[in-house]
Parts: sequence; structure tokens; C-alpha cells
Amino acid sequence: MNPMRTARHSVTLAWRDIVKFRHTPDQLLDILLMPVTFVLTFVFLFGNAVSGDWHAYLRFVIPGIAIQALMFASLGSALALNTDLRDGVYDRFRSMPIARSAPLIGHILGDSVKYALSVVLVFAIGAALGFRFGGGVPAVAGAAGLMMAFALATCWIGVLIGVVARTAETVQALSMVLIFPLTFGSNVFVPTAKLPGWLQAWVRINPVTQVSDAVRSLTLGLPAAGSVPSSLAWSAGIVVVFAPLAVLAYRRRG
Amino acid sequence: MTSPPSNSVQSASARPNAIEAEGLVKRYAETTALAGLDLAVPPGSVWGLLGPNGAGKTTVIRILSTLLRPDAGHASVCGVDVLRRPEQARALIGLTGQFAAVDEALTGFENLLLVARLLEFPGRRARERAGELLERFGLAEAGGRLVRTYSGGMRRRLDVAASLVGTPAVLFLDEPTTGLDPRSRGDVWDLVRGLAAGGTTVLLTTQYLEEADQLSQGISVIDHGRVVETGTPAQLKAKVGRQTIELRPVERDRAGDVEEIVADVTGVPVVRDREGGLVSAALPLGSRAGAVLAAVAARLEIAGIEVAEIGVRLASLDEVFLALTGPDAPVEAAR
Repeated sequence: MNPMRTARHSVTLAWRDIVKFRHTPDQLLDILLMPVTFVLTFVFLFGNAVSGDWHAYLRFVIPGIAIQALMFASLGSALALNTDLRDGVYDRFRSMPIARSAPLIGHILGDSVKYALSVVLVFAIGAALGFRFGGGVPAVAGAAGLMMAFALATCWIGVLIGVVARTAETVQALSMVLIFPLTFGSNVFVPTAKLPGWLQAWVRINPVTQVSDAVRSLTLGLPAAGSVPSSLAWSAGIVVVFAPLAVLAYRRRG
Repeated sequence: MTSPPSNSVQSASARPNAIEAEGLVKRYAETTALAGLDLAVPPGSVWGLLGPNGAGKTTVIRILSTLLRPDAGHASVCGVDVLRRPEQARALIGLTGQFAAVDEALTGFENLLLVARLLEFPGRRARERAGELLERFGLAEAGGRLVRTYSGGMRRRLDVAASLVGTPAVLFLDEPTTGLDPRSRGDVWDLVRGLAAGGTTVLLTTQYLEEADQLSQGISVIDHGRVVETGTPAQLKAKVGRQTIELRPVERDRAGDVEEIVADVTGVPVVRDREGGLVSAALPLGSRAGAVLAAVAARLEIAGIEVAEIGVRLASLDEVFLALTGPDAPVEAAR
């Protein structure tokens, strides 16, 4: 199957996802409500405690919460995919003369609309509360690009979980086991220096820390140092490992 | 179209079979779903795969529609090997699985449009094709509604419509009427007949004998993963089926006497139905039913028993089915 046809089939299947959002916008509610809750909770509950001043904490925490929202959204894809696979719709796709990977790629493309929405929402609430972009247009665009790259990488982990898990409960449990250490065990909510030493070691290598650092620097207009290349490297690494695994698991299924 | 592989079972007719399978085996950890199944379906016919739950019907469909690879055996659709050239085979088939493969969160129209686009109908043609099929399946009015709001029968029709977007040469229908009310079932039957009249080969699985009897030109009875009998409905009935004589005495308490007389005359096991009023006996092949009936009638007369019903009939397909797949079926089961 040539790449052009794969792309066409994938775009058609992404169209299916987007039409579904249009018909049932309430399915967006969970992924949109989560970031709002997180922003309000962390800024007002822990802001003063962590940074001494919630305005300062807001600047620190908004980029990280955007990353977390992405993780939730991309692992939310796992659940939707798992449900799809268990009813007959995917059997139909698989019995049609279309590219094998098109249903997966289409799913990811369609969901990237959700990812973009959730990030925009986090920054919008941030802006409403006083978050200001200091980096200028190219830096903010760069931050957006980094986040999309990271979301499109981690969603392959979601796809793998969605394909392999037998039940929706398994999907949820596995997603939580992944999301919690990655997002809370990072410098999303608390600066690395304020964490206990043993935890710092993990936090420093955690890809979520790298991406948060990069996005924070770019959106606030601070020097980004090595965090930009290292977060891109993480995204690439995750795709290289998980995309083939997910496609393989998908082909084996059935 | 490529020629069928040399190891395939060729039918007597010159045209290659629309569906061929030879020696299909599929094992799972604990069970054997298929134990060497053979199938040959001539083009343009409706063929029924009849069998109890767990007989392997769905496994056959999944292998033929390229969703599952068998552990052994060969299968082809219109001469295309489904294992070696699945891409090519997929262009020839339509599948309506056991669980509705339509998207509830889309409208009927969008479901068909999606399939048409995936099959690379050009933009406007895709919309036309979706519209045509909605019309043909009596869903034109419901086309703009979300499938979530459809009845079971409507969903099933949409599902079949979706598998026909690409005008497949062969359509697989896995238990197309399971869970439908009698009217919807009738609709699906009409639809299948219409397809066959248009030249589509239809392979349908069912556990309803009546359905196989009504629709198919040929039936393969499956049990324990292999075909235990093949033929037209009439052939199957004649094969197991012997004729059966039935009598019902006016007074139910004479049924015992009737039973004795019938047993005496025919020399075969006699059964009484659950209410105890109807006495029947399956005559051995080659018996002359008329003479048996006359002899029984004479004995009844002597005994002074009035009957409300007396007659001879062919075995029903149900009896055939039970005889072929029951626990004491005369077949080596692969267990």
C-alpha cells in the first residue's frame, strides 16, 4: 500500500472522528474540564505554598499543566480506540482494501484536534488569570510545535494500550499508572530544587520535565538551554519505540 | 481474475466457485474452532452455514474475510487466495459481522459516505453512492439521523448497505437476523434474495433452520468445526429424512394404545410429544409409508380408537439438524 493512499485513508478516518465531535460535543467535556480544574486547584490551593505568591506560581505552572492536559487527552484516545476495536467497526475497516495502519493513524490525526483544543484552553485560562507570553510569536509557535510533537508521540503509547488491553478498565488503570509518575514526578507542579534528592534524579530524566522546561522557557521568553533538543529527542524516541509496537499489536489482534 | 490455486476443490461446473475453502483448521489454547473444514460455494448463490453456537461458523467467516489466519488449510474468494493476497481479496468482499459494524455517533448517511470515501469514490460520487444505498434500503428518511437513534432492524440494514458500497462479488453475513423482530427478519430476507438475484454470492451463517431453508440454495451443516453434511435444503431433508407418520387420537388417554400399535406395525422407536397427544415414528428409508399407514389405520379400527389427525410428512429441517449435530450424531466429532 503506497504512502499516498495510506495518507488519504487516514485523513478520511480522521474526518470521521471530527464529525463525531461535531455531533456529540459533550465527549470533549472531560478532556476540557480536567485542565480547568487543575489550573484552578493548583494555582489557588498550592500557589502561595510553593512560590510564595500565586501570580508567580501561575507563570510557573501553566505550561506544565498544558503538558499534563495533553497526556490526559492522548491517553484518553486509548480508551476511545479500545472501545472502537471491541465493536465491529474496526472489523469492517480491516476487511476493506485500505491501508492496515490507516485506522490508527486516522484516529491519531482526529484526536490531535482534541490535543490542540486542550492546550489552547489551558493557556486561555492562564491568560485570563494573568499569564503573559514573554517569548514573542516564533517562540510561542515553537512551544506549540514541541507540545504537538510530544502529544503525537505519547499517543502511540495510548494506542498500544488501547490495542492490547482487553477491557476499558484495564485501559484506565494502565493510563493512570503511566500518567501519575510522569506528570507528578516531574517539575510540572513543583520546581526540581524543592524536591527530595532521590526524587530529583527521576525528575531530571523524566521526559515530561524536559518538555515542560522547554515550553516554559519558550512561552515566558527565558533561555531554553538544552531542554528543546532533549524534548524533541524524547518525542522521537517514544515514536520510534511505540509506533511500531502499536502497529504490530494491532496487526496481531483478531 | 487470477485462476484458482491448483490445490483448490473444483466444482463440476466450468465457472470457478465464488468461495472455496479446503482443510481449514483453527485452534485456540483450549479449543479447536475448526477441524478441517471444506466449503465450495458456486457463484451467484446464497449459501447457508448452519450450526449450533460454537460450531465454528464465525471463525469461517473471519478467515474468509481476511480478519483471521487459519493454522492450516487454504481459502479463496473468486479465485483469489485470501491468505496470500488479502489486499486483492478485500476488494472483492463485503462483510456484515455479527455485531453491527456501524458507527453510532455518525448519521446513516455519514456511515455510508465514510465507506465510500475509504473505497476512493471521488467526492461527489461518494455522496451519490451513499444516497443511492440509503434509498435502496429504505433509510432515505433516516439518513440524516444519528445511528444511535435507529432500531435494530434499521441498523442491520445500514450495516448491510455499508458492506455493499463497493458492490462486492461476495458478501458475508454473520447471523444477519439474530436479535431482530420477525418483521425486520423478513426485511433482511428480502434483501438477501434481492442481492442473490443481482448476482452477488452470499454466504450467511445462521442458527435458524428456517432461515437457511428459506434463503439458501445450498447448506453446509457445521458441527465441531467441520462440515457434517452439505446439500440443498430438500436433499438434506431427504437424506436424514425419512418420512414420519403422525397420529393424534381424539381421546388423549388412548395415546398409549396408539403408541403400542404404531410400534408393533413399524418396528421402530415411537415418540410422543410433550403434551402426550401426538404420536410419531420416523420410518426407515425405503418403507412404503402408504402401506404402513393403512396397516396402522386397520389396527386402530379394530381397537376402536378414533384419530383426530393422521398423516405422513417429510422430516423437518429441525429434525435433520438435530439428527446431524445432536450428541448422538453419527459423525466422528473432532474433540
